[in-house]
Amino acid sequence: MLSFEASAHTAPVLVLAVGNPSRGDDALGPLAAQQVAALGLPGVEVLTDFQLQVEHALDLLGRRLVVFVDAAVGGRAPFELRPLLPRADVRHTSHSLSPAAVLDAYHRLTGAAPPPARQLAIRGEGFELGAPLGEAAAANLQAAMTALAPLLLAAGQPLPGDRLPA
Amino acid sequence: MSFELETAAHPEQLKRVAIDPLSRVEGHGKVTLLLDEDGHVQQVRLHIVEFRGFEKFIQGRPYWEVPVMVQRLCGICPVSHHLAAAKAMDMIVGGRLTPTAEKIRRLMHHGQILQSHALHFFHLASPDLLFGFDSEVARRNVVALAAEHPEIARKGVLLRKYGQEVIRVTAGKRVHGTGAIPGGVNKSLTAEERSYLQEDVYRVIAWSREAVEIARRLHESNRALYDGFGRFASSMLSIVAPDGSLDLYDGHLRARDADGQILVDRGDCSRYWELIFEEVKPWSYMKFPFLRALGPEAGWYKVGPLARVQNCDRINTPLAAAARRDFLEASGGRPVHSPLAYHWTRMIEMLFAAETIKDLLHDDDLLGGELVALGERSERGVGIIEAPRGTLIHHYRVDEHDQITRANLIVSTTHNNQAMNEAIRQVARTYLDGRRITEPLLNHIEVAIRAFDPCLSCATHALGQMPLAVELVDAAGTVVDRRLRGDAAPPC
Repeated sequence: MLSFEASAHTAPVLVLAVGNPSRGDDALGPLAAQQVAALGLPGVEVLTDFQLQVEHALDLLGRRLVVFVDAAVGGRAPFELRPLLPRADVRHTSHSLSPAAVLDAYHRLTGAAPPPARQLAIRGEGFELGAPLGEAAAANLQAAMTALAPLLLAAGQPLPGDRLPA
Repeated sequence: MSFELETAAHPEQLKRVAIDPLSRVEGHGKVTLLLDEDGHVQQVRLHIVEFRGFEKFIQGRPYWEVPVMVQRLCGICPVSHHLAAAKAMDMIVGGRLTPTAEKIRRLMHHGQILQSHALHFFHLASPDLLFGFDSEVARRNVVALAAEHPEIARKGVLLRKYGQEVIRVTAGKRVHGTGAIPGGVNKSLTAEERSYLQEDVYRVIAWSREAVEIARRLHESNRALYDGFGRFASSMLSIVAPDGSLDLYDGHLRARDADGQILVDRGDCSRYWELIFEEVKPWSYMKFPFLRALGPEAGWYKVGPLARVQNCDRINTPLAAAARRDFLEASGGRPVHSPLAYHWTRMIEMLFAAETIKDLLHDDDLLGGELVALGERSERGVGIIEAPRGTLIHHYRVDEHDQITRANLIVSTTHNNQAMNEAIRQVARTYLDGRRITEPLLNHIEVAIRAFDPCLSCATHALGQMPLAVELVDAAGTVVDRRLRGDAAPPC
C-alpha cells in the first residue's frame, strides 16, 4: 500500500470528481461521477472526494488518462473540457489543491511526468448549504456528459500489451 | 468583555490592513489590523465566518441519517463529525457499544488523527518551519517542500494515505462512509482487511517517530522563537480517559488553568453546558467559549494537541509516552503555552495514533461479534470527541417522530477562537508594531493561526474561489495598496 508503484490492477482511466453533494451546484462533480459509474465503462475507475489533496497524486499512478471533474464558479457555460498541465500552485488554501497542483505534486513526488489529464469544469451558479442542484447546473451536467462519455469510452479501450483484468 | 488590542478607541482614525482570506486555512477567515499614523498596532481581530447553517440544515431529518449527513460539514475532518454524531445518537438509542463496535470506531478515529496530523505537519506547517517565516511566498507550500525535501514530502503523503486506508476499511468508503451507526457499527473487519493494514503499520510507526524527532529538533534549534512566538497563557480543555490517560475517542472533560492546576475533572460530557458558556461578540460570527467557573475574562482556553498532551496524566503507548516525557522535560515541567509547540505535540499524537492503530489491529474483536446494541430511547444525545484540532461537541434533540428538532455543534476552531486572537495580537505587538507592513511580516500572523490548524468548516471549493487578498486601507477608507497572493486561477 505504501509505495509510489502502480497496482497491477489499476484501471487505465481515472475520473476524479470533487464536490460537496449538500452544497447546491457543488454537487456537480459527485453527480457526474455517479453517472459515469452507472455507465460501467470498461477500463474506467471513478473516485469522488470533497476536495483534492496531495495524496491524490498517488491515485494517478499507472493511468493512461485522468479527468478531473468539478463545479466551476464563473466558468464558461455549460462546461469546459481542456487539457491540463502540471502547475505549481501557491494559492492553495489549507487543505485543498487545484487539479494542476495535484499533477505537479505527482511530478515532484515520483520524479516522472504525470499521466495526460483533462479538466472538466461544469458551470455552477449556487453553492448554498442544503440547496438542491439548480436547473441550469443540471442542464450543464447533461451537456458535459455528452462530451465526457465518448472520451472515456475511447480512452478506456485496451491497448496492445495491456494486462488483462484480474 | 473586551481584551487588549481587541477594540481600538477610535477605529475610524486608523489604517486598516486585511488578510483575507487566510491561505492554507480552510474556509473563510480574515485578519484585520488597525494601525495608527505611526504604524503602531491598535486593534487586531481574527474574523471567521463560522458555519452555523448546518445546525438548521439538519433539523427535520431522521436521527439515523445524521452521522452520514454531518460528514458534509467539513471536507477535512468528516470522520470526526461522523463519530461525534454517532456518539450522540448512541445516547438517543440507548446504545452501549459492544467491544467490536467500540474498537472499529477507535480504529477509524485514529486513522483520521493520523492522516490529518500528517497533512498539517508535512504539508501545511513544514514549509514555514523548514524554509522560515520570511521565505518567499513561492516556497511556502508543499510543492517547494517536495522539491527541496523529497523524502519528507513522500513520507508525509504515504502517512496520510495510510490513515485514509484505515478510514476506508472501517467506514466502507473513502468519503461519505457509513461505518458508525446509532448504537454501533455496520461492519467489522475481514481477516484480509486486517492483514492489509497490518502490513504497513510498523513503517507508519517508524515514520511517525521520525516526525516527532523533526518537530523536536526544529523546536530545540531555536528555543527563543519556538517558546516565545505568539505566546500567551491560558487554561486548557480536553477529554481524558477515566484513568487520566490520553484518550481521543471517549472520556470525561478536564480543564487545567494556565499554571497546570486541574480546575475541572471528571466533567460529564453529556452536561457540557454546565462547564462551558459561549459568549457572543458583535464583531465576530464565531462565538467565544469560556469556562463558567472562571468567567469570560479568565475562563477562555485552548484545545487541541498542545492542550491534550499536557492535560492528560500519561500516554498508554510506549513510544508516544516517551515522546511526551521529552516534551515535558524540555520545559522543565512548566506548562507550555507557545502556539508553535502545537507542532511538536501534534506529532506526539500522530505517533500515539500509529501505536494505537497497531494495537487495535492485533485485537481479534475487530473481526466479528455483535455490531450493534440498543437500549432505552432518549430524546437528547451528546457526543464529544477529540478531533484532530481539538474538542468537538455534537448535541441533538430528537422528537417522537425520530426527527432532529435541535442541534448544537461546538467545533474545535470555536473553542480556540479567543486563543487564536490572543496569539495574533502577541505576534502583532512583537513583529508588526511600528514597522512597515510587508508580506513576510503578515505571514507571521498566518503562521500563528496555522499552528492551531483551524478548520473553518467549509467543504465548498469550486474552481475559481479562494484567492488571498491583502489590502492596505488608509484612515479615509481608500485602498492604497493591494496584493493578491496567487490570484484565483481560471478554469483551465
